Amino acid sequence: MKAWRQPGFWLPLVLVLLWGAAVLVLRQDTLRETAFTVLMFMALASSLNILLGYTGYVSFGHIVFFGLGGYTGFYLLSEQGWSLYPAALAGGLLSSTIALLVGLAVLRLRGAYFALATIGINEAARAFVSNFGPFGGATGLFVNFSAYERYGGAGQALWTTFILLWVTTLAVLVVSYLVKHSRFGLGLLAIREDEDAAMVMGVKAPRAKTITYMISAFFPGVVGTLYFFKNGNVEPGDAFQLHMSIEMLVMVMLGGMGTVLGPMVGAVAYQGLRGYLLTSPIFKDLHLAVAGVILLMIILFVPAGAVGWVRSRFRGLRRVLE
Amino acid sequence: MMLQVQEVTKRFGGLQALTEVSFELPEGEILGLIGPNGAGKTTLFNVINGVYVPERGRVIFRGEDITGLPSYEVAGRGLARTHQVVRPLSDLTVRENVMVGACFGREGHSLPQAAVKADEALTKVGLIDRAGQPAGSLNVAQKKRLEMARALAASPHLILLDEVLAGLNPSEITGMMETVRSIRDDGVTILMIEHVMQAIMSISDRIIVLDYGMLIARGTPAEVANNPQVIEAYLGDPKMTANLMAE
Repeated sequence: MKAWRQPGFWLPLVLVLLWGAAVLVLRQDTLRETAFTVLMFMALASSLNILLGYTGYVSFGHIVFFGLGGYTGFYLLSEQGWSLYPAALAGGLLSSTIALLVGLAVLRLRGAYFALATIGINEAARAFVSNFGPFGGATGLFVNFSAYERYGGAGQALWTTFILLWVTTLAVLVVSYLVKHSRFGLGLLAIREDEDAAMVMGVKAPRAKTITYMISAFFPGVVGTLYFFKNGNVEPGDAFQLHMSIEMLVMVMLGGMGTVLGPMVGAVAYQGLRGYLLTSPIFKDLHLAVAGVILLMIILFVPAGAVGWVRSRFRGLRRVLE
Repeated sequence: MMLQVQEVTKRFGGLQALTEVSFELPEGEILGLIGPNGAGKTTLFNVINGVYVPERGRVIFRGEDITGLPSYEVAGRGLARTHQVVRPLSDLTVRENVMVGACFGREGHSLPQAAVKADEALTKVGLIDRAGQPAGSLNVAQKKRLEMARALAASPHLILLDEVLAGLNPSEITGMMETVRSIRDDGVTILMIEHVMQAIMSISDRIIVLDYGMLIARGTPAEVANNPQVIEAYLGDPKMTANLMAE
């Protein structure tokens, strides 16, 4: 089965391609900022889905990879004068390395124990960074403005960052599809359904889970670097926000875990809803509460999420909605 | 020799589940494993295929000591099993379930090869017309067949069947027995746990009997059925032998 012949492979990519291209053509700053946020959550939710949706391991603290990768990338480009591209890559690689080390310890845990351990890791990372001198401790780091100059000034740098994020999001979606439709991915789905039975059938679960955790941690590290570069500063409070982890989970569940398109749909839907809630006079302080209620309703009534629900209702659409 | 189990001992806390169990299984044979509930039959399977590590003793598969290897390593060497309590990968299709066996079993097929292999195995167990439906939607008899197909798709040298006949009606039992025989005829060695006595007596070349974690008898079906210790400990009824062998 060649991926590029499948409509389900192209649908998410074409949507993101067209949308990003439209933003570039229109060239409005507010539109770019909105698109940046949505693309960022798409990439984060899709990365989380590679672990959560395919292996069934719930990472509640996945934002730790965004934070640590982002800090590392930011430090390299701001303090060490690296260019944005290798710095973002280094951020991703560091996140993967952390996932490898952490995974060796916590991927033995299952169910709620794993989920709790991931929260602990996020909090531990926040505490560590808050006291880590090279990363500026509790006050964090501010970008050295000369870092923007090599991209033609701050304004142009924002567009460069947007394009990089756009490409990263496309890469996440490609990887997500390829993992799902590979032999490796079949092993992951088997782990999700019944890990012990999968191992009896020969799936090398410990190795498969670790590799998946590393893939799933890589992209948040890249996205973190881009995000903090765009913001111009990074501090522990912004980098390790537990509620962002939970919002990522809501997006994956809303769109449909275990599908390629689902986290994308979930990110757009959730950001749309969040935009409405934050500006509405009644809900503006309650958007996280509403997110919690949504998560509860999805788990109770539509555990397969929007895309999963459509796939089960309309079998003919399965090849298109992956 | 396909499998040698040497003085295997397994404890769970204070419970002595297996005590110095030893037996050998030559290539091409069907060996029946019987015993009352709680005798340690499934525990023995779990020790053989690496789910449990025994306290003492060794498991030797095709001349290689596999004691303590994780279950996926054992599977990769060509030892497949079915589960007494069926464990379908419910959200995957029947075909995908079997493809997992083919992809990660002894031959480690690629996805397209695995699909071909899966369809062969499904044809063999008579589930091919269900290939596209979710495994969770099968009934118990079909799930047992699915377990068989998954094990077969791995192209194993040895297959451990854990009560594949339990819960089936008489015509389903006849069908399953034919499937087991045809698997053996394909050159696969079989070790099977079974409670349906007439079935196991008629299909096995030899039988071993576990009681309270100890092997209390071994031999041909006729020898075992006439063994006073087996009758005493397990069958409980001296006339049962006559009934069993009558068929």
